[in-house]
Amino acid sequence: MNQILKNDATIRWAVLGFFVLAVAGYFMEAWVQNNIMFGLARGLAVLGLMVLWRTGLISFGHALYFGIGAYVVGLVDRNFGISDIFLRLFLAVGASAFVGFFLGFILRKYRGIFFAMLNLAFSMVLYGILVKVESLGSTDGFSVSQTTILGWTPENKYALFAAIVFVCAVGAILVQCYLKTALGTLTTAIRDNELRVEYLGFSVARAIHLKYIMSAGLAGASGALLAMALGQVDPDSMVNWPVSGELVFITVMAGPGSVIAPFLGGVAFEFLRTYAFELAPEAWQLIVGATLLGIIFFLPMGLWSLLERIWKRRGVSS
Amino acid sequence: MLAQVVTILLDGLNYASFLFIVSVGLTIVFGVLKILNVAHGAFYAWGAYAAAFSITQAGELGYPDWIGFLLIFASSIIVGLVLGTILERLVLSRMYAQDEVLIALATFGVFLCLEDAILLVFGVDPYFAYQPMAVLGNVVIGGVFRDVYSLTLFALALVVAVSCWWVLTKTKWGKLIAVVIYDREISQAMGINVSAVYLIVFIIGAALGALGGAYVAPTTSVAPGFGIDVIVLSFAVVVIGGMGSIPGALIGSILVGVLRAVAVHQFPELELFVVFAVMAGVLIVRPEGLFAPPKARTI
Repeated sequence: MNQILKNDATIRWAVLGFFVLAVAGYFMEAWVQNNIMFGLARGLAVLGLMVLWRTGLISFGHALYFGIGAYVVGLVDRNFGISDIFLRLFLAVGASAFVGFFLGFILRKYRGIFFAMLNLAFSMVLYGILVKVESLGSTDGFSVSQTTILGWTPENKYALFAAIVFVCAVGAILVQCYLKTALGTLTTAIRDNELRVEYLGFSVARAIHLKYIMSAGLAGASGALLAMALGQVDPDSMVNWPVSGELVFITVMAGPGSVIAPFLGGVAFEFLRTYAFELAPEAWQLIVGATLLGIIFFLPMGLWSLLERIWKRRGVSS
Repeated sequence: MLAQVVTILLDGLNYASFLFIVSVGLTIVFGVLKILNVAHGAFYAWGAYAAAFSITQAGELGYPDWIGFLLIFASSIIVGLVLGTILERLVLSRMYAQDEVLIALATFGVFLCLEDAILLVFGVDPYFAYQPMAVLGNVVIGGVFRDVYSLTLFALALVVAVSCWWVLTKTKWGKLIAVVIYDREISQAMGINVSAVYLIVFIIGAALGALGGAYVAPTTSVAPGFGIDVIVLSFAVVVIGGMGSIPGALIGSILVGVLRAVAVHQFPELELFVVFAVMAGVLIVRPEGLFAPPKARTI
């Protein structure tokens, strides 16, 4: 791990990028800061989905873990008054990874459309419970009190912004380290040929299970951060099926190229939505949907591939 | 007691008929084109809006109320024909070689577009097209007061089921479709116009989705967000019955319809939970669904 940390270019760029972002955030206008905060928070869930996508799996139900993370934050706040960001995160990730661990035993046997649909079914089970249970806030949800950081109550939103940048950087680095391990390099191998991976002496089911738990935990962290950033949890914007669709959308828009891509994608999505809403309040979904189609047709490897192309062209000319 | 059982049964069958009409369109498209069409919910909403709009317009112009029934069928056929053709030709026909989950995501993009296109075309105000329901009046069955219109939905579902069965098993068209499902490449080599079969099947599927919406429109207010819940419910029906199976869609919709009616009347907090719990249970025990057609693909 130490070797990877020292030698990996992606990690160096990630550390630099997130550091610059954390500093720049201090000088941003409130709405820009908010958008980046929401985008980064979503990016964490997208990071998990990207690992699954590299394995050849797309889940239409990660709103399940997203929602568990968000609701755990809401519930521990309401019932025990826990407001520390790291404690909240720890509990949210623990709960969602725990659920992911158990459902993983079932899901690791499924591929393709069945994997996507079974995830959808599980997430809609949670949605069905949340909208009907009065004590969990029903369709309105409930509010989350202000987040504190290690006992300190910040005066403005910048502290939370910096904390979210920090958490995302840690997430990106950990996933990058994982992808460099022997088990991590199996990711694309499984997508290409499961049988050969088995012949190499690895268990495909266990490798997929581990990735599934990882993606569940990341989605939980993502939901938790978004709940803290919004100060509110509710089933329709956190657990219903369009949320899962949105997460998959950002995954495809960002592209599988790098662990930094999901965060770029998340932020790009947030700004796309803001500008679309500004431009045409009644037709913003139309713009978003058309963008999705455009990316699927013309940029199948996502925004990251565009950056890579620009990068390479620079390299050649200089 | 009896009255309650009759209410639950009528509610359940009513809901099942509506679910069947919508999901049979979804399952046909999946069976033939191997596409999970998320935009199906948008066809449903477009059908509902087109019917509600034309019926209220006809009412204002002073046409008799029964004309609404013609408008329901006309609008679902037009919606299926126009939107189905556009979607299949512009988006799907370029994607058949791609991963099926990626195609599903593309239809999600189309769903978002069509959802907002509704607001642009029909506005944000809800429509109330009560005329066809008012024409038929009410009736008492087993001590339960009912409107006749919701009973005709049952007949319509039966007509759809029988005609699907008839077309697929008794006509040349049905044989063509079966051949294309079985092996796309060979049927093309044998001179079947596969791309035309795909287009026609997709249009029929879209029109059935629109018909479901159009027929439900008079019983409720048609407002934005009309298709969001329907799409996952019909997914559940199709998955429970087996993707691509018409008898499966029938059994799935009866199961979901009756279970939901029981839940609504006896345990209201379980309304949605029960549907998706059954869907998850079926996927775990029988991933292909209860009535999946035998797999033709080997190797």
